[in-house]
Amino acid sequence: MAAEREKLVLIGNGMAGVGTIEQILKLGGAYDITVFGSEPHPNYNRIMLSYVLEGSKTIEDIILNDLGWYEDNHITLHTGTTVTRIDEQNKVILTDNGLAVPYDKAIIATGSNSFILPVPGSTKDGVVGFRDIADCDAMLAAAKQYRTAAVIGGGLLGLEAAKGLVNLGMDVTVVHLLEDLMERQLDRTASSMLQAELTRQGVKFAMGKQTVELTGEERVTGLRFSDGSVLPAEFVVMAVGIKPNVQLAKDSGITVNRGIVVDDYMQTSMADVYSVGECTEHRGTCYGLVAPLFEQGMVLAKHLSGVQTPGYEGSVVATKLKISGVDVFSAGEFTETPEHTVISAKDEWKRTYKKILLKDNVIVGAVLFGDVTESANLQKLVKNSTEMTNEIYDEVMGTSCCGGGGAKKGMSVEAMADEEIVCGCNGVTKKAIVDAVTENGFTTVDEIKACTGATRSCGGCKPVVEQILQFVLGDSFQQSAKQGICSCTSLSRDEIVAEITAKGLRTTKEVMHVLDWKQAEGCSKCRPAVNYYLGMIYPDTHEDEKESRFVNERMSANIQKDGTYTVIPRMYGGVTTPEDLKRIADVSLKYDVKVVKVTGGQRLDLIGVKKEDVPKVWEELDMPSGYGYAKSLRTVKTCVGSQFCRFGTQDSMGMGAMLERKYERLDMPAKFKMAVNGCPRNCAESCTKDIGIVGNDGGWEVFIGGNGGIKPRIADAFCKVKTDEELVEVCSAVIQYYRETGNYLERTSEWVERMGLEQIQTVVMGNDDNRKELAARIDFALAQVSDPWRKMLDDKNTRTALFEETQV
Amino acid sequence: MERSNREYTIGAVEDFMLQIGRVVHAGEVELAIFRTSNGAVYAVRNHSPHPKGGPLAEGIVSGYYLYDPLHDWKIDLRTGEVQAPDRGQAEVYPVTVEGGVVKVTLPAAVTTLN
Ligand SMILES: Cc1cc2nc3c(=O)[nH]c(=O)nc-3n(C[C@H](O)[C@H](O)[C@H](O)COP(=O)(O)OP(=O)(O)OC[C@H]3O[C@@H](n4cnc5c(N)ncnc54)[C@H](O)[C@@H]3O)c2cc1C
Ligand code: SF4
Ligand code: FES
Repeated sequence: MAAEREKLVLIGNGMAGVGTIEQILKLGGAYDITVFGSEPHPNYNRIMLSYVLEGSKTIEDIILNDLGWYEDNHITLHTGTTVTRIDEQNKVILTDNGLAVPYDKAIIATGSNSFILPVPGSTKDGVVGFRDIADCDAMLAAAKQYRTAAVIGGGLLGLEAAKGLVNLGMDVTVVHLLEDLMERQLDRTASSMLQAELTRQGVKFAMGKQTVELTGEERVTGLRFSDGSVLPAEFVVMAVGIKPNVQLAKDSGITVNRGIVVDDYMQTSMADVYSVGECTEHRGTCYGLVAPLFEQGMVLAKHLSGVQTPGYEGSVVATKLKISGVDVFSAGEFTETPEHTVISAKDEWKRTYKKILLKDNVIVGAVLFGDVTESANLQKLVKNSTEMTNEIYDEVMGTSCCGGGGAKKGMSVEAMADEEIVCGCNGVTKKAIVDAVTENGFTTVDEIKACTGATRSCGGCKPVVEQILQFVLGDSFQQSAKQGICSCTSLSRDEIVAEITAKGLRTTKEVMHVLDWKQAEGCSKCRPAVNYYLGMIYPDTHEDEKESRFVNERMSANIQKDGTYTVIPRMYGGVTTPEDLKRIADVSLKYDVKVVKVTGGQRLDLIGVKKEDVPKVWEELDMPSGYGYAKSLRTVKTCVGSQFCRFGTQDSMGMGAMLERKYERLDMPAKFKMAVNGCPRNCAESCTKDIGIVGNDGGWEVFIGGNGGIKPRIADAFCKVKTDEELVEVCSAVIQYYRETGNYLERTSEWVERMGLEQIQTVVMGNDDNRKELAARIDFALAQVSDPWRKMLDDKNTRTALFEETQV
Repeated sequence: MERSNREYTIGAVEDFMLQIGRVVHAGEVELAIFRTSNGAVYAVRNHSPHPKGGPLAEGIVSGYYLYDPLHDWKIDLRTGEVQAPDRGQAEVYPVTVEGGVVKVTLPAAVTTLN
């Protein structure tokens, strides 16, 4: 049996504490480890809650270490358990549910709590902080039920919360005590540029307002300000600051000031008890960002593992706002005083701003807005208290000519200590990145990300990771840094398509073999893409490869998280009949469909069909597949139009159904949605569709590149046509041009921005022959498509292989 | 340690299409059976090691690797090991193919796992 190991207890299952444990495990520190956490979850990436709120990540996506990790590392984890006291005399840890766990060493990493304003009404229903999963869930739920929200606090957290709630469809006002947003990181100029940008993105502001009361009975109804004015709000998020969570330390008799007081080795006033993270106060400073916490954790981990290390000396903090389309950065000092020399550049047209503060010619702080490419570099210059020189000035102000910058950037990475943390979100050091490159022969940021996790979260560290890569690879960087469509190849989409045509390649296998793929059979990214390109190039002869299709397309049904499927019958133009409805109802009852839901595109979703029932459901429905799963035309949404609507000038239902019939089933680079409206009132919302069509008295107006999804975009006006025939020809040409030039998985919203609207207009509208040829090519491809369910029902072997389960 | 392994005959090799998974219930265990492009057959419990779970049978197979259909984790079919940067372990079981007949051996304890 192994010798008795020392017992290490971690209190607080958050980013700082678990980060420390990870380092201890890496350093081989020999402890029996127990972890306590108040929250019911394993360790997660708190900073990514903003993305959960914004909708681009789920809670599961942000779990850092799942329960298996604790098991694998023989760590005893108590979730949902709050530690109430450390008993120094008996060396035990006491918890709220009566546990008493002995320790030899203990780490307090209890983080902080949201600061809730002590005003009347702050405990009403509908008032939350923004700190943990529970808060985030409360916001997601509120957005489903209520319309108006107020976010108190115009700092990093408040703004991210506000943007998240706007994305969730709420009417959001940010209430800020001062006249400047993020006043602790930004100067007045950057702050007003930020406010203008966020206003553009739909956030409202009430600046210079002090909240004195939250009104309402049980539930909040609004805010009252010190000037007597009121703001109605059905939901309130308090994001005015955080309070180090020191209750446990206080109750245990540990010295506490604002935070738990620690020395340079994170030692508290109690023997064998250490503390890291937001709950600590080091040399008078409490930190509220992750990078310093990882630096503290690194020192503590070494100390506890018996590795020599200099003490922690404090951190320079840098901030980056995680709101898409808003780039702000600040590091070090930012408010100018007479002692500072200020270098600044403001460009109102490009909406960028750059400011660097010097004190006795040493770089002490920087603020960037709009263009943050220099952020990593500046952060380092500030951190190392670098003296300003002509070379640095040229580099950071972008005034040097003919790009000598690369080498110099390399130099600053070279000077970086091995142990310096490059990726604050994931605690990845420079050494870990260098090792990943030298040991595995990596040449791209993506590979480094896959191996170390660096750049995986906020992405703020990407420029430095690139610089390290460049520095390690030296001259081989340029040529090898070219990025292919995935890590299996360095070829771009256009190169692959060109090679396929030039060499007459016919199958994905052939493509990958001839073009020298690194992983012989590709991966889940390139296989479906190459299969699509082959189908696009050879519409009549390419044999679709089911094994290269993503599950939904292979099964011709959407898989749900529990492994059941969703079936969506076609309803051309969103129109159905009582007979069809009856059949849908009968089949749904017979196969015990869990939910029948109207989709965003006016179709019926039959959710929760068991896998082996899917073929039977289709057989009994006897309707064409709605392709709700496919990268092809999903729906053509229509309004009522001239058939019934008193405003209608065009037959939108008829046109919609016709277009849907025409283009259904054809593979496209990504899903594709259309809408047809009978008049400019636009009831079917064509502005968020890939192709939106609006009828008017003399014909039709066509819009392209709209998107209502994760990156919303309003469609661009493309052209006006007079006749139905012209309309169809334009639609055909646009769709075919997209099919031929779009990257796999690229929506038209991105495609239009990449190609440029004018380019597409020139190709489609500038030349009648061109347009007719494109339309002819799509018609040829359309002649080859068939209903997958008819095919599947006729092909017993495939159906059995895909849907039937054997019992032995 | 007491062991009484159970062997299940799950079908003929041709019942399993190349690179397309298939679900087989062996006793109480739901298996996902895969045949890689070189013809080798692998058996994995049809349950993703991702914290959210979900089936594996519908994933994309590439060489000896399976891409989890719901979460895109890359899993080695030979060992069940989840590839970096993700971490985890899928349960894999030994398969033998003799005279065109595929057999999977499950340890006795497995039948109690869910
Ligand atoms: C929405 C949001 C966005 C953010 N964005 C960024 C960003 O972009 N960049 C950045 O650098 N930082 C960001 N932060 C801040 C960052 O998340 C924190 O600095 C970091 O998580 C602090 O780590 P910690 O371990 O000290 O505390 P936490 O991660 O808060 O962990 C403390 C844990 O201890 C538990 N606990 C407390 N008391 C007890 C007890 N007595 N017993 C047992 N368990 C206890 C708590 O439940 C908690 O889970 C953000 C924070 C939030 C909330
Ligand atoms: S868009 Fe015009 S025609 Fe269509 S329903 Fe609305 S008002 Fe009527
Ligand atoms: S610093 Fe956020 S991902 Fe690296």
